[in-house]
Amino acid sequence: MIRLKDVEMEYDNGTQAIRGITLAIEDGEFIFLVGPSGAGKSTIIKLLTGEVEPSRGRIMINGFSVSNISDKQLPLMRRTVGIIFQDFRLIEKKTVYDNLAFVMRAVGAGEKELRKRIPYVLKLVGLEKKATHYPTELSGGEQQRVAIARALVNNPTTIIADEPTGNLDPERSLELMRLLVKINSLGTTVVVVTHEKDLVDRFEKRVVTIDGGRIVNDSVGGYVGGHIHGKA
Amino acid sequence: MGKHNFRYFFREGVSNMFSHGFMSFAAIGITVACLLIMGTFTLVAVNANQQLKDMEKDNEILAYVDESYTTEQARMLQKTIEAQTNVSSATFISREQATENFQEKYANESVFQDLDPEIFRDRYAIKTVDIQKTGDTVKAIENVAGIVKVNAYEEISDGLITVRNIATVVCVTLIVVLLVVSVFIISNTIKLTTFDRREEIAIMRMVGATNGFIRWPFVYEGFMLGFTGAVIAFLLQWTLYEAVTKGVESSDTLQLISVVNFGDLWIPVAVTFLVAGIVIGVGGSLSAIRRFLQV
Repeated sequence: MIRLKDVEMEYDNGTQAIRGITLAIEDGEFIFLVGPSGAGKSTIIKLLTGEVEPSRGRIMINGFSVSNISDKQLPLMRRTVGIIFQDFRLIEKKTVYDNLAFVMRAVGAGEKELRKRIPYVLKLVGLEKKATHYPTELSGGEQQRVAIARALVNNPTTIIADEPTGNLDPERSLELMRLLVKINSLGTTVVVVTHEKDLVDRFEKRVVTIDGGRIVNDSVGGYVGGHIHGKA
Repeated sequence: MGKHNFRYFFREGVSNMFSHGFMSFAAIGITVACLLIMGTFTLVAVNANQQLKDMEKDNEILAYVDESYTTEQARMLQKTIEAQTNVSSATFISREQATENFQEKYANESVFQDLDPEIFRDRYAIKTVDIQKTGDTVKAIENVAGIVKVNAYEEISDGLITVRNIATVVCVTLIVVLLVVSVFIISNTIKLTTFDRREEIAIMRMVGATNGFIRWPFVYEGFMLGFTGAVIAFLLQWTLYEAVTKGVESSDTLQLISVVNFGDLWIPVAVTFLVAGIVIGVGGSLSAIRRFLQV
């Protein structure tokens, strides 16, 4: 469960990125967060992952109050959220298996757990035969699926995908989005930040449109009210 | 920290060390150089100190009594001499005893065997508490009425005191400077590693790794660098010390100096090197990783 209440965010340089956003995302929901460049989408992700603190307002995510979270609580909160980046951010010198293993070790998982969980997650994203490959040996779509597997491997309650299709062709983008919908159907809350109108329109999901740091539309269906000027 | 984590941290630390071979080599090299310089000066100071202690043990000031004094009068000076500051004991040696001692010393020289005791003076063999105050003690004894001459090997003791003091000052200065330099260099080596792995660290943070988990592999890396440097430095120090000892023993001019056996010193040297190496390594790594754990 994610709650934002009257959240404002002003950076040190005076940029007002978020202007009084109130938003509720229920457990198991799938939402698209859309909007033009500079709308504030990236700031919302930073706020949800505790990278920055809001200037005003309250943020709750999976039972943690992120607005005033302690250094001790922050890692625990982050374990409940899996993040997928546009540029995959895989470690090139590690194999697919090791890319997943190191995030499991980071939260204290044992080798036995790793051997059980990693093959399961790789199978879920269709990469069970690529475990010993290095990221550079994979296509863009496969790399993004590894990134999804990595986000899933610690069994988070929420997945936040930041422009996950930004580096993929339309066919791979659709394939990836279907995978996220499949993950959502297994009970994981999914928040997808994107600027791709066509892709959003293909899924009958909740779409929250942000512009100028404010929510300008929140509805189920296609991309409404946004003014797309390019990549966010 | 579980057993599996210990293995993982250790493996990661060692792998980091090898993946930045040149910088690791530089860091180990500088640690070895620092410890070796530090160790050499410390051992010089230790040896100078030992020489001083030996001298303190054997050192005697000889105070000669006025020839016009009778033996009884000469004996009466004992209390006055013993009352002087820094005098631990004063042993009276009559001219007859002095003659015997001399003849014993030169037993093979027949020409000395018929010496008349009258050519010797009554004397006191005086031992001091602190060899560094020999000069003042000599002056004080010279001022005692009835004492006409005082012999002391001040130059040798002064020389040793100077060597020890210089070695101590240089040693302390070097320890501080080299410790700071070593920590700085190891810190930069590990900074390079952390910079190279900043993406990995960022991902670890985003998935909820604690600062401790992120820090440990770097601490192990620093530990391994410091430990390796300490072991190499110890072996080199040992070799160097043995070579110098042999050189001193085989030298005609230096063989009077008794060098402390390395067998008596290796434990404190090894412990000091290990502790200093590990402090340098771990300290350097902690200082390097600190700024990567801020986000």
